[in-house]
Amino acid sequence: MVKRTLTDKLAILADAAKYDASCASSGGQRRNSKDGKGLGSAGGSGICHAYTPDGRCISLLKILMTNFCIYDCAYCVNRASSRAERARFTVEEVTRLTIEFYRRNYIEGLFLSSGIIRSPDDTMADMVRIARTLREQENFRGYIHLKTIPDASPELIAEAGIWADRLSINVELPTETALSQLAPEKSARTIRSAMADVKTRREASRERSHRGTRPRAFAPAGQSTQMIVGADAATDGQILGNAASLYGDFRLRRVYYSAFSPIPDASRLLPLKRPPLIREHRLYQADWLMRFYGFEAQEIAPQGGMLDLEIDPKLAWALAHREMFPVDVNRAPRELLLRVPGFGTRSVDRIIAARRHRSLRYEDLLRIGCVLRNAQPFITLPGWSPRALTDSADLRARFAPPPEQLSLF
Amino acid sequence: MRVISLPRIGTVPAWRRHARALAAEGVPPGAVLWQLDAPEGAPSDLFAGAPAPEPPAPPVTLTLPREAVSAIETALHHSDPERFARTYGIVLRLARGDLRWGDRSDPALHRLLAQEKAVRRDIHKMHAFVRFREIGTPEAPRRTFAAWFEPDHPIVEPASSFFAKRFGDMDWIIATPTLTARFVSGTLSFEETRDTAPPAPDATEALWRTYFTHIFNPARLMVSAMTSEMPRKYWKNLPEADLIPEMIRTAPERAMGMIEAAPTVPPKRAEKLRRGNV
Ligand code: SF4
Repeated sequence: MVKRTLTDKLAILADAAKYDASCASSGGQRRNSKDGKGLGSAGGSGICHAYTPDGRCISLLKILMTNFCIYDCAYCVNRASSRAERARFTVEEVTRLTIEFYRRNYIEGLFLSSGIIRSPDDTMADMVRIARTLREQENFRGYIHLKTIPDASPELIAEAGIWADRLSINVELPTETALSQLAPEKSARTIRSAMADVKTRREASRERSHRGTRPRAFAPAGQSTQMIVGADAATDGQILGNAASLYGDFRLRRVYYSAFSPIPDASRLLPLKRPPLIREHRLYQADWLMRFYGFEAQEIAPQGGMLDLEIDPKLAWALAHREMFPVDVNRAPRELLLRVPGFGTRSVDRIIAARRHRSLRYEDLLRIGCVLRNAQPFITLPGWSPRALTDSADLRARFAPPPEQLSLF
Repeated sequence: MRVISLPRIGTVPAWRRHARALAAEGVPPGAVLWQLDAPEGAPSDLFAGAPAPEPPAPPVTLTLPREAVSAIETALHHSDPERFARTYGIVLRLARGDLRWGDRSDPALHRLLAQEKAVRRDIHKMHAFVRFREIGTPEAPRRTFAAWFEPDHPIVEPASSFFAKRFGDMDWIIATPTLTARFVSGTLSFEETRDTAPPAPDATEALWRTYFTHIFNPARLMVSAMTSEMPRKYWKNLPEADLIPEMIRTAPERAMGMIEAAPTVPPKRAEKLRRGNV
């Protein structure tokens, strides 16, 4: 094989990494290099250093260590049976790219994943070596996210969590059936037990011993996962139900949803069509409602149900529960205010702070930052009453866009 | 009329000192003219010492909630020339209890909070979009980098501590059309910008451009989502931005290509794998 240049490798291994949606770099341990003995800082809210024309943020150098892979996951551009070009970085190459990009303020750190070469343990050991080199040799204090290989040995996962801020293990597909069909070498059980292992180690690392000493931090920015949407027949209800159980069982920081996207050299097993971007967007909105607005998965989409693509899930819920509205903005408890379309968490906090001093009027809501067009049918307060609007039959039409605006392509 | 001239470096702490002294004397907001020093000129002291025409109000000690202090100081980095006068009026009213911090129904406070938000966004974008280029030798014990950046507001001072914390083991300069931040051997300082020429591209930039092109998924083209976060006004100082038009132009064709390409027959290697002898 011809020897590839660093540029060739970077092109191939970035191409191979772009289907992972996560690029987050927030949270975790606070670090900086004010002492002049290292490079980097972390622990604030992550920064997006650039945006590509797909609207995605570039926060991390997101690459595969190698895209050679002995597994054959049908949805993946790197599967053994794909004819994609292959390349492999050395430890030094990944280290150099990370450090040089970081010094120029292009990135917050590294998100490293890999195809599986030789064995899961060999692969994981190489990834851990990269993270350790960055930390120990380069004194790198920026962000590191390692995508762990579920079948790797617990000792390697344990070491990975010491060098990395975040660990992730992708559940890949929303149902076990789809996983066994499309990713024959992977097992849902192994994936879940690897997540449980990370969770246990994280908890242990945060407990003080009886002498009050703290053990070393373990993946301080938490763990996350990704589910591919649209490659199998799973409903939104199943997807959200699965996400809710992942949040609950493993204390995941984030679940990412990735619309299945056509890939070069696609497998015959999969739908070759445009990625369902709007569906993906609605799933993120629904996920947000579960995490910050007190909604249960089942309330947003029943097990067999799909999300409304035309309107956002909060509005859809409000339209289906008109008996709860209109809400008295000056009296309603926080939980109920959070259910009002057009009221974000920050607006709700401001409403609650302001109404302690005086009764709020309709005009105040605009300054507070509420989206009044969405809120109008669902609220009442001095200066505004929705009258018959709340129950009017054509209320949905007021929000649903004409169908031709729906294409994002 | 009192004329208060504020220096271009250390503007906000100077404003704070003056505001405290004026309040203690009971000088009403209408009796102060705030101005910023001219770029290279000496501070104008033409009116200093002229008597205030309005009778002084009762003296006020400026004690404010901590949250208010930080928001006010941030907002004072806005480019609005009225900000010094408006903020002086606001702090007097806050200290006398005539205004409640956080009351957005007050137009002046509402304006201040909006400006605070604009400044915070500008600082955030500076943290994101500054691009360093190496101007020293890579072998030096402390490497040296430089950047040229054009913020909307005079934010170099509050934005720079972030870079000092992050790039502690290298020397760097960030020049903007007004001030330049300089970090040498761990010490941060500010000066008037003398050199307005952006530094020359370095070799790593080509690798970054390769990465930028290849991390993009043409099947998900969404230009407005990009431009809302990375507005065109920043593009001229971003080494990757001139690639964008071509990436957009060829995306639909590349995406259709992937969809139309017939699913492929697995090569021999996969067959072997399936039989279990790798
Ligand atoms: S294990 Fe599966 S998903 Fe991961 S790189 Fe290999 S083929 Fe792709």
